Amino acid sequence: MSKLKSTLWRTLAGAALAATALGAQAQEKSLTLCWAAWDPANALVELSKDFTAKTGIQMKYEFVPWPNFAQRMLNELNSKGKLCDLLIGDSQWIGGAAQEGHYVKLNDFFDKNGIKMSDFMPATVTGYSEWPKKTPNYWALPAMGDAVAFTYRKDWFARPELRAEFKQKYGRDLEAPKTWDEFKQVGQFFQNRTIDGKKVYGAALYTERGSEGITMGVTNALYAYGFEYSNPAKPYDMKGFVNSAGAAKGLKLYKELYDTVTPPGHSNAYMTENLDAYKSGQVAMQMNFIAFFPGISKDPQVGGEKTGFFAIPKGDKQFAQLGGQGISVVKYSDKQPMALEYLKWFAQQSVQKKWWDAGGFTCNQAILNAPGFDKSTSYAKVFLDSMKMVKDFWAEPTYAQLLLAMQNRVHDYVVAGKGTPQAALDGMVKDWTEVFKEDGKLK
Amino acid sequence: MKPRFFMQWRQPAVAAAVSQEAAGSAPPASALAPAKGHKPVHQGLSDRALAWLFVGPTIVLLLAFNIFPLLWTIYLSFTNFRANKPNAEISWVGISNYQRVLGDEAIWLNMRTTAHFLCWSIVLELLLGFALALLLNRRFRTHSFWSTAILLPMMLAPAVVGTFWKYFFEPQYGIFNYIVSFFGGPEKFTMLGDVNLSPWAIVLVDTWMWTPYVMLILLAGLRSIPPYLYEAAEIDRASEWTKFWRITVPMVMPFIILALLFRSIENFKMFDLVDQLTNGGPGSVTELASIHLKREAFEKWRTGYASALAIILFVAIYGMSLVTVRFLDKVKQR
Repeated sequence: MSKLKSTLWRTLAGAALAATALGAQAQEKSLTLCWAAWDPANALVELSKDFTAKTGIQMKYEFVPWPNFAQRMLNELNSKGKLCDLLIGDSQWIGGAAQEGHYVKLNDFFDKNGIKMSDFMPATVTGYSEWPKKTPNYWALPAMGDAVAFTYRKDWFARPELRAEFKQKYGRDLEAPKTWDEFKQVGQFFQNRTIDGKKVYGAALYTERGSEGITMGVTNALYAYGFEYSNPAKPYDMKGFVNSAGAAKGLKLYKELYDTVTPPGHSNAYMTENLDAYKSGQVAMQMNFIAFFPGISKDPQVGGEKTGFFAIPKGDKQFAQLGGQGISVVKYSDKQPMALEYLKWFAQQSVQKKWWDAGGFTCNQAILNAPGFDKSTSYAKVFLDSMKMVKDFWAEPTYAQLLLAMQNRVHDYVVAGKGTPQAALDGMVKDWTEVFKEDGKLK
Repeated sequence: MKPRFFMQWRQPAVAAAVSQEAAGSAPPASALAPAKGHKPVHQGLSDRALAWLFVGPTIVLLLAFNIFPLLWTIYLSFTNFRANKPNAEISWVGISNYQRVLGDEAIWLNMRTTAHFLCWSIVLELLLGFALALLLNRRFRTHSFWSTAILLPMMLAPAVVGTFWKYFFEPQYGIFNYIVSFFGGPEKFTMLGDVNLSPWAIVLVDTWMWTPYVMLILLAGLRSIPPYLYEAAEIDRASEWTKFWRITVPMVMPFIILALLFRSIENFKMFDLVDQLTNGGPGSVTELASIHLKREAFEKWRTGYASALAIILFVAIYGMSLVTVRFLDKVKQR
């Protein structure tokens, strides 16, 4: 009896050891990819099945909802956590991540594997990969091209009675606006109008205060009238660039739009709130990142022929706020070789093509410039047009302080109605100067 | 009947005293006092060891989770440390963080906002809480049901309450606008998007949530008043108002001060409710000191500066509590 018991125990222990070893082996052959929880992440899950099939490396995912994404992931990096082997991090993080050594520098890897940055759209290389900017130091592979643009209710714009009324009022056809003045007119035209028995409004704009929302919205109007982050000839020299008369004009316009074309209570809205307002049929136009456009195209309420897309309108100039991300290998990962293998696989043109087809946004020039690309989907042209005119917020290691200062100043003026546009921008220069002084960039 | 092991564990003299007590006769006082020069004989642990066994883990936890973080925060408040720059050298900056905090205009604005929220919410909670306590102190037929029903809001998590009320205030589909317009108010207004209304929205929600808590404390106070005081007043033909003003209010006063103390501390550091409801907006009109602290510490990553701010807030809350406790002592001594 005791012999039998002992044999049983040995067998069980052996099985447990074998199971542990197999588990450990399976653990060894897996990668964790961290990103925000949104539609493109689901597309990437589907796409990555090919990578697993080819290499046997299992993919795990840590997708965090947008409102908590930055805080969760930056905490992870700052605490040198090993959760993420690969991280698709926001473009603004690149300076801090490079300086603090959170990301693996990829130059040697790119050279060794024939991955050329010239294969990717220049704006995305600058925005998602380089630090310091405009230098060939790469910390990420451009992964998800994105910018702010607009959707509009094509079906409402096509209504004969509305078209006639609009033509009579403004002397032109009711079409997707090309300038900010036209945008204001169209927005005000739809504001408080009743369509199909329901009160509707002009446009859903970004107004969120807590993270980066209103900045990602207002910059589109600021850029259009001459706002610059600093003197192109003298870095961090902001006076007359951040708070130029043109910038003040852009800010004033955004406030006017907030006051006259947004739905009531649209005072703290970002990506999700704008999607909700648009999909529920509250607004005629919606500002949002292009990454959401495939989802809108497929939406049963507003998708298909009901929705059209247009790029950020023109003022004196025309620029769109850059969104999007690059994919980086986390320095604290124990699986860097496998993570680099994933990058090598992802950079292939054939995979990039599948990425676009799956609903992701490739930055590969050969695919973007291929004949017929702009007609491949209803939003492809807007994506192409937008990516040619993007500008990004500061990617400095101190970007969070710079961003929150702008959030406060702009929200105080646009939403809370405090002070003047000039005072808000002057205040921003003051705050940003203080941050750069503290960081040693300014004396 | 005491369990057997309990009797065995006690000192023999004490065990004898307990047996005597159980038998109905009072034990001599000397039996319960430790005998001079007598070395206690235990089968298990000594009293001191047992005391450490019970208190030890609590002290360790207190040191690990309260005292150490507090001391660490005090240390960081004198440095330029940033949590997002773990590799950077930490430099000693003296009291400059404190000087910056106290010289920052935004902090004083936040403190003013906090004071506004604190004052109004406490005044409303005390008034309504007292009224509800008086009502429920009259034992009517369904008073148990109503007592429980009124307590429901305070049982919810503040973050949940914040999210719930955000939808409630939503101008497009929120029920708040509907109720207001039903009673003749304006049809659509934005409670959370309006600079004048949003501070009141926070006061309203906090009052809704925490009035039951104040009511509970004051109800305990009302129930502790000896009925003979009212009987004596009735013999003297005192009016209801006199009874209320001369008996009820003075007797409940310590409880009022206690409620004031608890709610002041809570509201001074109120975070989650406001974070969910307005996140400090529109603009900065509802940015309480706690929200500002979170932004400095975990969004701007100015850890040293935020530590100084946290210490200042801690001292402010401590001072406020000290004053209230002294006042409470005075009231109790009357």
